[in-house]
Amino acid sequence: MEWFDALVQGILLGGMYAQYALGMALMFGVMRIVNISHGDLVILLSLIGISMATAWGLGPLPVLIVLVPLAVLMGWLLQKAVLNRVVGGDPLPSLIATFGLSIALQNLMLQIWSANSRSLPGHGIESQSIEIGSVYIGLLPLIVLAVATGLTWGLDLTLKRTRFGRALRAASADVEAAAMTGINPRAVYAMATAAAVGILGFAAVFQALRSTVAPADGPAQLIYAFEAVIIGGMGTVWGAFVGSMVLGISQAIGFRIDPGFGVLAGHIVFLIVLATRPQGLFGKALA
Amino acid sequence: MTAVLSTHGLLARYGDFQALYGIDIELHQGEAVALIGANGAGKSTLLRSIMGLLPVGREMVRLHGDPVGGTATDRMVQKGVAIVPEGRRLFTGMSVEDNLRVAIDQAARMGAKGGWTLPRLHQLFPILKEKARTQVQSLSGGQQQMVAIGRALLCQPRVLLCDEISLGLAPKVIREIYAALPEIRATGTAMIVVEQDVGLARTASDRLYCMLEGRVTLTGRSAEITREQIGKAYFGAGHGVV
Repeated sequence: MEWFDALVQGILLGGMYAQYALGMALMFGVMRIVNISHGDLVILLSLIGISMATAWGLGPLPVLIVLVPLAVLMGWLLQKAVLNRVVGGDPLPSLIATFGLSIALQNLMLQIWSANSRSLPGHGIESQSIEIGSVYIGLLPLIVLAVATGLTWGLDLTLKRTRFGRALRAASADVEAAAMTGINPRAVYAMATAAAVGILGFAAVFQALRSTVAPADGPAQLIYAFEAVIIGGMGTVWGAFVGSMVLGISQAIGFRIDPGFGVLAGHIVFLIVLATRPQGLFGKALA
Repeated sequence: MTAVLSTHGLLARYGDFQALYGIDIELHQGEAVALIGANGAGKSTLLRSIMGLLPVGREMVRLHGDPVGGTATDRMVQKGVAIVPEGRRLFTGMSVEDNLRVAIDQAARMGAKGGWTLPRLHQLFPILKEKARTQVQSLSGGQQQMVAIGRALLCQPRVLLCDEISLGLAPKVIREIYAALPEIRATGTAMIVVEQDVGLARTASDRLYCMLEGRVTLTGRSAEITREQIGKAYFGAGHGVV
């Protein structure tokens, strides 16, 4: 029962990681842009959300409703102003540019919000739970998992069935051939990054509700997102979702073995996947 | 009559290497023009320059008389110029139908009008209907070439540039693909066909340009030019008959 509980908690934790990983799956897995500032963007959005909540006395839902469009706009600007200048076959320029952005964002956040940890007041939602059998399931983690599943489903469908999705897949397969088919790759990339950072708007609200955030927390979130995408396999949205579950379950079981072992257990599982199946669980092996 | 597409002293370079030295070609409404020449003569470079894939001067390329040199590739497509690129360049990991849909999507987005639809393309190349759900990387070379041509046609071009569409294909497949060209021309689409096979190029075109080391060395009506003339233009002075 104890292990079953760890499994359930792991899946719920995976729901949180999936929200980081989806944006990463889109940017890294599909566009091959390495965005080092991924985690910092989550934290920045969290802190903006917390400030809005305190200044205007907003509940979590209104914060979410304001924050997601703001995140979409931030993503669009990020691609237009920075990433479109460095995007290309070589992932290194985007890595360096966003590494710089990451440091700049962390310092900016320190300047504005100081190094203190904060969290978003949830008006009780964070402490409610449902009892199923003998397992208690927190209401908030359940909502997080449901939202993550919905976002994954929506993003997968968008990529497969919409004009934008096809254009983005075409541009990632061959950017020059995409242009020859009438696609403006920069416009498509700007929309994709807007979507990726928009999803981080959801992650930001839930992260701030379920625990605390501080300006230096970004890099850890970045690592989880990378690990989830690589475990699942590049370029597959459901792969990133399952990768997040694998990471969440590994950490939860690790925590159950020893509280200090949780995060490390996740990294070990990631390394095992990387060593034995480098294309990821759902990725196709390179011919 | 103004040419549909023309180049005027077109120069192109890759870094320090000059690939084209002042190319002047013209393409008229409904016409098929062949570009022949040895490897490295600059044929593909010329098509890439027209498509905005290489930096060229504004006045060096004209479309219906308007200077369009250096226009972004996607904007050239919007203006009615499509290319079947060398090496086919399909979107791997996507099905035949999705590859074609990308072009349909963009044509719809840009409000491009023309007669090409998926059913019509299926009439031209029936195999594309049969293989609609197949991933393009598992098609044969000939089938991939048909997808590449289909993708360009669904952009609803008034000018179609075909870069070595026979390359690496079996003779039977080449005949099948070239048999489709007259039907494409019948829609009023003008074509530039880059072709290594001189015989094929002559039968498929009204006029031809022969290129050598970045210059046009011969031009004329395909049916009137002799093999001796082509031989000289193809290999340079002092060489014999092909």
